[in-house]
Amino acid sequence: MLEFDDIQHILVTRVPALTGRYEFLSFRQPAQGRAWLAGIIDKVASAKEAQASVQTENRWVSVAFTWSGLRALGLDEAPLATFPEEFRQGMVARAQMLGDTGANHPDHWIGGLASPDLHAIAILFARDPSERQRSTQEHQAFLAQIPGVQVLSTLDLDALPPFDYARDHFGYRDRLSQPEIEGTGIEPTRGSGAPIKAGEFILGYPDENGPPVGLPQPDILSRNGSYMAYRRLQEHVGAFRDFLRQQGGPSTEEQEWLAAKLMGRWRSGAPLVLAPDKDDRALGADPQRNNNFDYARMDPHGYAVPLGAHIRRMNPRDTAVNMQRRRMIRRGATYGPPLPEGAPDDGVDRGIAAFVLCASLVRQFEFAQNVWINDPNFHELGNERDPIIGNQDGTFDMTIPRRPIRRKITGLPAFTTVKGGAYFFLPGIKALRYLSTLG
Amino acid sequence: MSKQQFGETTRRKFLGTATAATAASLTAPAAGNAEAAKSARSVGTTKLAEANSEIQAQLLERAKEGDWTKPAAMAIPKEGYFTLEQGRYGPIYPKTPANYGFTIVAKVKPGRDDIVRQYGKTIEKAVAESPFVLAPLKLHYLRWVLFNIGSDTYFMYQGIFDTDFDKYTEDAIMLFTQAGVNTVFENLEGFPADWKTNTPAFVKFVREHQCPSFLEYGEYPFVTADEVKKALKVKAAMSSMLDQMQ
Repeated sequence: MLEFDDIQHILVTRVPALTGRYEFLSFRQPAQGRAWLAGIIDKVASAKEAQASVQTENRWVSVAFTWSGLRALGLDEAPLATFPEEFRQGMVARAQMLGDTGANHPDHWIGGLASPDLHAIAILFARDPSERQRSTQEHQAFLAQIPGVQVLSTLDLDALPPFDYARDHFGYRDRLSQPEIEGTGIEPTRGSGAPIKAGEFILGYPDENGPPVGLPQPDILSRNGSYMAYRRLQEHVGAFRDFLRQQGGPSTEEQEWLAAKLMGRWRSGAPLVLAPDKDDRALGADPQRNNNFDYARMDPHGYAVPLGAHIRRMNPRDTAVNMQRRRMIRRGATYGPPLPEGAPDDGVDRGIAAFVLCASLVRQFEFAQNVWINDPNFHELGNERDPIIGNQDGTFDMTIPRRPIRRKITGLPAFTTVKGGAYFFLPGIKALRYLSTLG
Repeated sequence: MSKQQFGETTRRKFLGTATAATAASLTAPAAGNAEAAKSARSVGTTKLAEANSEIQAQLLERAKEGDWTKPAAMAIPKEGYFTLEQGRYGPIYPKTPANYGFTIVAKVKPGRDDIVRQYGKTIEKAVAESPFVLAPLKLHYLRWVLFNIGSDTYFMYQGIFDTDFDKYTEDAIMLFTQAGVNTVFENLEGFPADWKTNTPAFVKFVREHQCPSFLEYGEYPFVTADEVKKALKVKAAMSSMLDQMQ
């Protein structure tokens, strides 16, 4: 039985928010950090609370800490040492393995995210901009009373118009393939696989391998917690559209075809496996159909979805082993204004700022980054990386299987750049109280 | 033999230089001659290594392109890699003309020789019953050897495969635990008893007992097992096609 009253809602609940704000915090004194935490706990909704009030509530708050943040709250060295090595090291130290090199290197990150002074994140999702403004002012007023807590940076999130469904700045429909946790009662959509044991995402429960082991201690600290990898990805919309025009050809149809091949889905969300030749918007919008496909049986050679396409890398379905141990829960939103169609790139920072939630960063998040996204030899491709979020420096290719002969695009440009990231621990509600009363 | 000692030396070295290497912002696998020359120097090797830098650079480029057209030999520094690149559990070992792989040497617990030998039969049976049971590991070959030094028995596990070291080990653990089978490693000294639930400890044992090659050769270098099988399938299909044309 999952303890929904102790699990932070972000792990389980998808809230109807059109806006949001992330605030990145640094604690100068443990007591001040704990005072901040004590003051905000009551605003952090559990999964149970969020579920009950999802229709009437207007804002949802989550809080999480880096490893140095737990120390900055006054947690002793003994419990600190029980956290797994990759979390203790932090995302910056893992940069090379994650593919955060070149333009993606932490040296170029913004908002103080590469700094060891990054201790905590407060995540706000709000139903509309006015609620975000109200909540932000409330938080500012609260912080004004606690001078030892410094805001390193903030980021406002805004869904993209016309708000009929979630999309990114490139125009792709998002949130189509999401693992479901066993015990939440939520049935996975067709093709999304069996529900996954809670321990793959929430600490303290059996995972796909059996009973939980090696959890951070004491128990109250880790129970109902999760690890959360944050990624801020700038999307180069102008470069993306230029690429489609240059490589796709003059017609919109050809450009749409190329965009679909990079992703594995038409921008409407319709999967290429089920709609290989032309877009099918009704299919893209139908949750009972838009994820109902596999690769080994339906598209073994990649004639529909190229072997290196984004969705085939992020979820190889039946063409990879141990899939149930590699899944991740994604949360997040877009930031920055949309770039109007036909407009040249205005240089404004826009993109996706997202969280990957999992029980093991090294086995789930880092594996996906290291092997699925950035291994040039994924599926024997030889010299390719994820065309959307891989570390692209102009030296990698993209092969598009096609009869009679394949199409090969050489020197793929980077459509995204990592502008920040961090490893956070998302404690359960009781663990938040435990942390707030240390010392 | 002191594999343990070797492992620890490497690990210390690794820990000691990790920060500097991370900060150095290394990019994709070294390609140019300058890059290779730099790596030869950075691992503190001799003039010989520097003189070989052009060969190394060419080999790394061929590895990247998967160029199988002519045989290749690669001499590898004693650390087991040219430049320190951080993987998920430790340094990444390079792709060589003989692809990825490892050679693990460890002392067998006293009196366990026969159990280790018997394990060969276990694998033989498992693969006979379910030929693709080891397929997730992307292997070309396994070679298991028992040998004595004085009165001690040692086990050598040599594997040649197409995925990186950490992924191989992780996949192997998942494979064994899911199948509910024990591993031959349990008969080796120093192997963590909680391996089924402690992946980092298993990986650490493997890394500490890994003896990196100092030479690897491939008559048809850099080719994956999948590519070999594809080529043979094409040959078979072609010959069947020719038969049908008679």
